[in-house]
Amino acid sequence: MKVALFVTCLVDSLYPQVGEAMVRLLHRLGVDVDFPEQQTCCGQPAFNSGYWDDAREVARTLLDAFDPYDYVVSPSGSCCGMIYHYYPDLFAGDAESRRRAAALTEKTYEFSQFLVRVLEVSDVGASFPARATYHPSCHGSRLLGVRDEPLELLRHVRGLELVPLPYAADCCGFGGTFAVKMGELSSAMVEDKVRHVEETQAQVLVGTDMGCLMNIGGRMAREGRRVRVMHLAQLLYEGTQAQHRREIVG
Amino acid sequence: MSQTGIRERAKSALQDPLLQQAVQFTTDRLRTRKANVTETFGRWQEWRDRGRDIRAHTIAHLDFYLQQFADNVRSAGGHVHFAADAEEAAQAIVDIAKKRRAKLVVKSKSMVSEEIHLNRHLEDEGIQVVETDLGEYIIQLAGETPSHIIIPSIHKTREQIRELFTKAGGENLTTDTKALTGFARRTLRTLFQSADIGVTGCNFGIAESGTVVLFTNEGNADMVANLPRTHVVIMGMERILPSFADLEVFSHLLPKSATGQNVITYMSCFTGPRRDGEADGARELHVVILDNGRSRQLGDADFQDILHCIRCGACLNVCPVYRQIGGHAYGSVYPGPVGAVLTPLLNPGPEYADLPYASSLCGACFEACPVQIPLHDMLVKLRRRHVAQGLAKRGERAASRGFRLVFARAGRYRAIIRSGRLGQVLVARHGGIDARIGPLRGWTQTRRAPVLAKRSFREGWPGLRQELRQGNRPPATGTEGAPAHETAVNKE
Ligand code: SF4
Repeated sequence: MKVALFVTCLVDSLYPQVGEAMVRLLHRLGVDVDFPEQQTCCGQPAFNSGYWDDAREVARTLLDAFDPYDYVVSPSGSCCGMIYHYYPDLFAGDAESRRRAAALTEKTYEFSQFLVRVLEVSDVGASFPARATYHPSCHGSRLLGVRDEPLELLRHVRGLELVPLPYAADCCGFGGTFAVKMGELSSAMVEDKVRHVEETQAQVLVGTDMGCLMNIGGRMAREGRRVRVMHLAQLLYEGTQAQHRREIVG
Repeated sequence: MSQTGIRERAKSALQDPLLQQAVQFTTDRLRTRKANVTETFGRWQEWRDRGRDIRAHTIAHLDFYLQQFADNVRSAGGHVHFAADAEEAAQAIVDIAKKRRAKLVVKSKSMVSEEIHLNRHLEDEGIQVVETDLGEYIIQLAGETPSHIIIPSIHKTREQIRELFTKAGGENLTTDTKALTGFARRTLRTLFQSADIGVTGCNFGIAESGTVVLFTNEGNADMVANLPRTHVVIMGMERILPSFADLEVFSHLLPKSATGQNVITYMSCFTGPRRDGEADGARELHVVILDNGRSRQLGDADFQDILHCIRCGACLNVCPVYRQIGGHAYGSVYPGPVGAVLTPLLNPGPEYADLPYASSLCGACFEACPVQIPLHDMLVKLRRRHVAQGLAKRGERAASRGFRLVFARAGRYRAIIRSGRLGQVLVARHGGIDARIGPLRGWTQTRRAPVLAKRSFREGWPGLRQELRQGNRPPATGTEGAPAHETAVNKE
């Protein structure tokens, strides 16, 4: 099984620790991922703004990078959603690219999907004693259909108290360029999200998309809140490390 | 019609806490009720599939069904007027009113009448128009336009309504629902008797019989349609269903989606005017069928599906943007996600070209839509169309070019990351520089901007790969052991 990591430009440049946690966790589970360096970005920023030609040229880097692999796994439901939901449209104009895009769509999985559906693992052996709440990102859940997988993984983490997030399915207001173009509106949305996170009194906010987590976390940082914001992969990997330490010590 | 852009209008709406309070209170209730009623009903997705299939079939053969509908209205004794645009439709109704020497027109709720600005046209001719739907009546008293497709006065608080009714002659009114509706009912009842013409909308036109079907909760539409001598129906040309069997499906989908009601209170069917020997019904029935940009969507693979819309308003109730700014900020007759798509389609050109940007593309609208219109996809495709038509801002085009230049070649991308200049490039993408002025201030005024990692993932990759290949125990990662407040995201 040849597995490639699609790290996404956001994680690559801003949150490498998320990519690293993912690679390490998969390694523990016996999957060695590769990182083909031709990849850059799924093209979503240009695509969503209406610049499909620009988006297509950027998206090609993924077609090229992932051709030789059986599976592609990524820490972002949004970027996977872009591939899954929009590449058929984006490459509709030329048959060869369309075929390659369809092949990519077939084998691309968001991190939690890959664990639960492909590896059929829902217990990674992690322990994380904390009160946590989960924000389901819109694109991951609605475009890609990732709904139960992250929760299933979280439910198996020892010591983790998972509390439901009120208005969980409401968008956090990120939306890529929307957060800049419609800044005030986006801020009002993220304020609501932060308020709902606080209502849960969770110590940890966990998600599967760094775009949303950057947005929510950025707002909480401004307010000086002390909620730890983590990608699911980080929480799971850290949880296995704690377990590991305990095993050694115990 | 509005001079300012959506961003400015949204900004001022955000400064109105009463508006937000009212909108959020009601949309929350509708959402909960819908969730409950669809859950109890069961197999909701299958019903949505049936709804979509029926609408797709109807719109694909709209020429046939529309003709059948019109023929059947006529053979039942009604008059049919096809109107190419808003002006023609309004004129047709003004002509009817003049011919009947009408002084008073009563109306039940109709978004199409808003679209053609019917009240203004009639009032210009010296004809009095009275809205009889409670929400519309409130709006009319306030001199405003509806801010929701189903609940026109959703943005008004009870206290504001009490004030409006008091000004209109209500004495000692409380904010109690019974007191308020009681006043409206008493005031309006006298008007039905003296009205010359009743104007209604049309939820569905049944092609096989030429029947106009109305879904209402207040019963006012029955009086509007039956008591005056002349009944005028105004409808969009897409509002057709082939048969009563199809209506059954929508008798479930519409009220459940719109207000979370299991069934609608009144479903009224009108087939032709009153016939000899019948006890009620208008003596004369006119059906005005409006195009106004709708037929232009037929055959357009990207946008034809917008004609499937049954105007239930469910997409408004779940929209996180609508929730913040309400309907008026959209500056168009149709607000919310459906408005952000429909309005620029019906009115191409620069005026409404910014509406599709009032969305984070979260897809909640699509999920709520009883006929599964992919509104989120259409919003993106409208942006693309605007780019192609040169309606987008120049700076944005440059940003997209820059994005392509850097991200289409991994080598260039890597070089940019190394040089630490990616932050500037991410301006186009995520708004990632830390400045409270400049193009990113929308982001950074309220949120801490992320900082570039000291070492990107790809720069660290060779080391990580080697370490894992050698089978070493993974050492601690950067985040491990960090104090709880130092998180992946909000760490300095
Ligand atoms: S687009 Fe769908 S959800 Fe929105 S009003 Fe129309 S039918 Fe209802």
